[in-house]
This record gives sequence, structure tokens and C-alpha cells, in this order.
Amino acid sequence: MEAALFHLFSFLTLAGALLVITRRDPVNAAMLLVLTFFFMAGLFVLAHAWFLAAAQILVYAGAIMVLFLFVIMLLDAKEETRRCFGRVAGVGALAVGGALLAALAGVIRDGRLWRVPAGDAEGTTAAVGRLLFNTYLLPFEVASVLLLAATVGVIVLIRAPRRPDDAPPSA
Amino acid sequence: MSTYEHGYLIVGCLMLVALVVASTPLLLAACLRPRKPSAIKQATYECGIESKGDSWIQFKAQYYLYALAFVIFDLETIFLIPCAVALNQVGFFAFLEMTVFVGVLLLGLVWEWSKGVLEWR
Amino acid sequence: MSPVFSNLLAQPGVALAAEAAVKIAVVIVVLMGMVAYTVLAERRICALIQDRLGPNRVGAFGLLQPIADSFKLLLKENVLPGHVNRFWYVLAPTIAMAPPLLTLAVIPFGNTLAGFNLVIADLDVGVLWIFSIASLGVYGIVLAGWASNSKYPFLGGMRSAAQLISYEVPMGLSVVSVFLLVGSLKLSNVVAYQAGTWLIFKAPLAFLIFLVSAFAETNRLPFDLPEAEQELVGGYNTEYGQMKFALFFLAEYANMIVASALIVTLFFGGWQVPFVRVEAFGPILAGALGVAAFFVKLLAFIVFFIWVRWTLPRFRYDQLMRLGWRVLLPLALLNIVATALALALKLRA
Repeated sequence: MEAALFHLFSFLTLAGALLVITRRDPVNAAMLLVLTFFFMAGLFVLAHAWFLAAAQILVYAGAIMVLFLFVIMLLDAKEETRRCFGRVAGVGALAVGGALLAALAGVIRDGRLWRVPAGDAEGTTAAVGRLLFNTYLLPFEVASVLLLAATVGVIVLIRAPRRPDDAPPSA
Repeated sequence: MSTYEHGYLIVGCLMLVALVVASTPLLLAACLRPRKPSAIKQATYECGIESKGDSWIQFKAQYYLYALAFVIFDLETIFLIPCAVALNQVGFFAFLEMTVFVGVLLLGLVWEWSKGVLEWR
Repeated sequence: MSPVFSNLLAQPGVALAAEAAVKIAVVIVVLMGMVAYTVLAERRICALIQDRLGPNRVGAFGLLQPIADSFKLLLKENVLPGHVNRFWYVLAPTIAMAPPLLTLAVIPFGNTLAGFNLVIADLDVGVLWIFSIASLGVYGIVLAGWASNSKYPFLGGMRSAAQLISYEVPMGLSVVSVFLLVGSLKLSNVVAYQAGTWLIFKAPLAFLIFLVSAFAETNRLPFDLPEAEQELVGGYNTEYGQMKFALFFLAEYANMIVASALIVTLFFGGWQVPFVRVEAFGPILAGALGVAAFFVKLLAFIVFFIWVRWTLPRFRYDQLMRLGWRVLLPLALLNIVATALALALKLRA
């Protein structure tokens, strides 16, 4: 049953991802990406990573995609629907995609990363917390600095209109 | 199968049930309702004033900046939750680590505040 | 019961599936019934507050009013405006309605009754599951506003979405201090922890932040800017009518009930009966009393939500944003540090 579910979710994830990159309308693509994140959360559950599955939905489907959708809706989405990419962009995309695929293939052939022992309940929230406090303490603290850097980025972006009369009219 | 997996299986089924429950009224209404479309009924609602153009236009960008700030603090929450759960298993040292984490973010918040970023204009 | 049927039920997998199916059916039916009657309660209580009578003609005390309303909405003409993005316009109400149904899965509405745990699925990630699913509610609103392709709904949808995400942060951070105390995200553990003292007495500030955020998350007054009638007509659902509108409306009330249930579970002891040792009454009565206690607390909170709505005026949008980002967020962060410090000192002693 687990194997069947794994295959089902893998297929749905891949199909969803494929649909995301082939849609013309950016809103449709974004919502399909949300759906794809859901299927990925299903894969996490099958790997017993309970906390990661919930975090995946909360952060990716619930926060980052909302940001994407905001950007798409606040800008003029019609323009994007009509836009066609030139040959240069196509070649560039192929090159980047190929490089990513090669990197991925290398990792899979290496075999160390994915042959993780299936821990019985290591994906519980408390287990993740203990890991953050012990093994991954430095990455954990560095993450806060990374978030601080992102905050600085927001400040810089918001500060762009300097004089009050430059500010956009309030809605 | 562990109890956890069992729980997630139920939740997965519940997702399908929820979608069915949430769309049944629409389907039911689709079968029962009359349908007599006319140009005026299908017009955009704008308090009687005739609408000009559509609303898929570029719009006030400040909403987007709040969404950015939201993503940052949402990530912070997701880091803090497992730490909070594990704190009483790890002890006093964990408190210091967590305080450093919250402190750095509080720093960011204070900075945002002093720059007047969190003010709606 | 026929022997074939009882033999089938004796299989462990089938028994579990049947148990889950019964729980899901009961919870959904109870929720939908509560939603219908919360709407009626709101209309009657608002009438009481405004010194009117309210709907009292359909059945005794107007008790059949929700049924009449639902039939009316089912039979309304379906107006599909010509300018909308049809796919998302029709799908948005469903997306708005599904999250409250899903979040209920992890809330324990009683201890045990006849050997069954009274919760659909007691997940390890508990509250986090609720937050993850609730954070998806924003899609229904933002898609409705955008797909309507009309100015009022679009503005209402954007406002609403910005409000929802702004208050999700203090809401999530405020419960971190609860997890610090309880040491688990599982809601059954949270309730068990409150056997002696309710968490509202141990984490009052967290409760206050959570309560205010819950009002904002459910779009209730004083935070109902998305549908500020004077400025935005109906907000994100201006272009909606008939059953599609009804789903948005019902989703709002379902969200309110879920928020009340969550507050009761996190801060008011869930199904714990105060001052009485229910175990003395035997397992069946004790279980039933637990369920009753949960529902009494839940109803009290729903009435509180309604009472507040008809008492307070609406915030201005900049005030709303200031409250979320400049008051509740720093308070929640400081509350976490203070709680962690208290806990750490206690661990050391």
C-alpha cells in the first residue's frame, strides 16, 4: 500500500510540475504549483517526515505561493500570458535545466543521500527540535541571520519612495 | 502501519470528503436554478456607474511588501515551533540558543520599525 | 447485525476505516448544523442588542429560518457575470469552504466514549496542521477577488489577504509559548496538560494575542475591513450570488466555529470539566460530560464572537496593520522569550 501511494504521489508531483511550466496563464501555473506542493507533502508523510510535511504546506503552499500570487495579481498578468520567449531564452533555459538534471543525476548515482535508514519516528516535531538544538545548531543560528538579511532587503525595497509626495496613493 | 500513518491516511480521505462537501451545494444549485442571462445582469457591479476597463491592472505594490515580511516571519515561526517543543528536553543551554535566534529577529523588527517600514501609507 | 457484516467489522483495517468514516460524518454534520444555527443566533442576538426582534416567523422562534434560507439560495438564478475568469470564479467558494472542514480533524471534542478516541486524527503535528491548512484559506478570497475582474472585489480581496497574512504571524508566534509549556504540538497532549490549571492562567498574554488574531483571521468586527460596506460594497464577494455567495458566507461562520474550538482547546482545557472529578461517574457518563463541557465552552465563545461584532466599531486599515505588526508581533516575540526564560529557570532549579 505504501509503495502504491508513493508511486501515486510521485506521479502526481511530476505531472503537476510539468503542468506548472507548460501553462500560459501565470495564475493557473501558480495554483498548480500549490497543488504540487501538496503532493510533495504527501511524499514527506510517506517518508515519515511528519513535521516537514506540515512545514512544507505552511511555508511553501501557505506563504511563499501567496507572495507569488500577490506579485502576479498586482502586476498586469495579461502581459505575461501573451509573452513569447526568444531563442536565446530558450537555449538558456535548456542549459540551466540540463545542468540541474546532471547535478541531480550525480546525487542519485552517488547513492549516499537517498539511502537514509527509515527511522521509525524520527520525523516527529520534538525530534526535529532536538536536532536543531544539537547537531544543526550552527545552521539554525545562521538561518536567523539569513532571515535578518531578508528583512534588510524588505527595508530597502520599501524605502524606495523617499519623499512623502512620492508615496503611492493609499488604497 | 503506525498510528501516525493511520492518522494521515484518514486526513487524506478527509481532504477528498471536504472537497465533495464543499462543492455539492454548487452542483445541487446548478441543477435546480433557473438561468436567464442578459447583458445587464452580467455587467460589472459598480454601484450603477458604468465600468471602465477591467481590473486586471497594475496595482498598489505595498501589499506585496507585507507579503514579503509575512514570509520572513512565517519561516521564523516554523523554526521556533520544533525548538519550543524540544526545549524542556534539552535544558538551559537551549534557552540561550533560542534567545539568540529570537534576538536576531527582534533586531530586524526593531530596525524595520525605526525605518518606518511597518507604517501603512 | 448480520453475521457477514459483523465478521467484516472484526477485521482490524475495516473496523478502523468504519470508525473514521463515522467520526468524519458526525463531525461534518454537526459542524454544518452549527454553522446554520450560528447564522440564526447571530441574527437573533444582533436584534436583541439593537432592540429588535430578528427573524422569528419561520417555525418557533424562527428555528426553521436556516432551512428556508438555504432553499431560497438554492433556487436563486445563477448569474455568471460575463467579465470573470470562469474557472477560478466558480472554484473559489469551494477553496474557501474546504479548510475549516479539514482543520477540525485534529481537534479533540471529547476524551473517550465507549473505547473510541473522540478525535478524527490525533496527528503529531496537531496545531501546525491547523495553521498549515488555515493558511490556505487566503487562496479562496484572493482568487475570488481576482477572478471577479471588478474593482471592489479585487480591492477587497487584496485587503483581506494582506490582513489574513499579517495576523497569521502573531497567531502562530503566540502559541509557541503554549508549546514551550506543554512540550508537544499534539492537541490531545495540550488538553491533557490542562487537567489541573487551564492554560489561560499560565499564558494569559498568549491567549490575548491569539484571541485578537483569531478575530482578524475570521474577518469579524472590529476587523471586517474586507467587506467594509461603505467603501467596498461587499468586499471580495461583491460579484457573487446564489449558492456561490452562500458558500463564502458559510465558510466565514465555519471559520469562526473552528477558531472558537481551537481557543477552547488551547486555552480553556478543551473537554476537561472544571472542579468535578468526572472519572467517578463511570466511563460512559464521564466521556459524555467531557463532550458536553467542550460544547458548552464552544458555544460560549461563539456567543462572545457575536457579542463583540455588534458592540465594537471597525478599525481603519492603517490602524489594523499597525496593531498587527507593531503591537502584537513584538509582544508575541517577547512573550516567547519570557516564557522560555521562566521555563529554563525552572528546569535549572
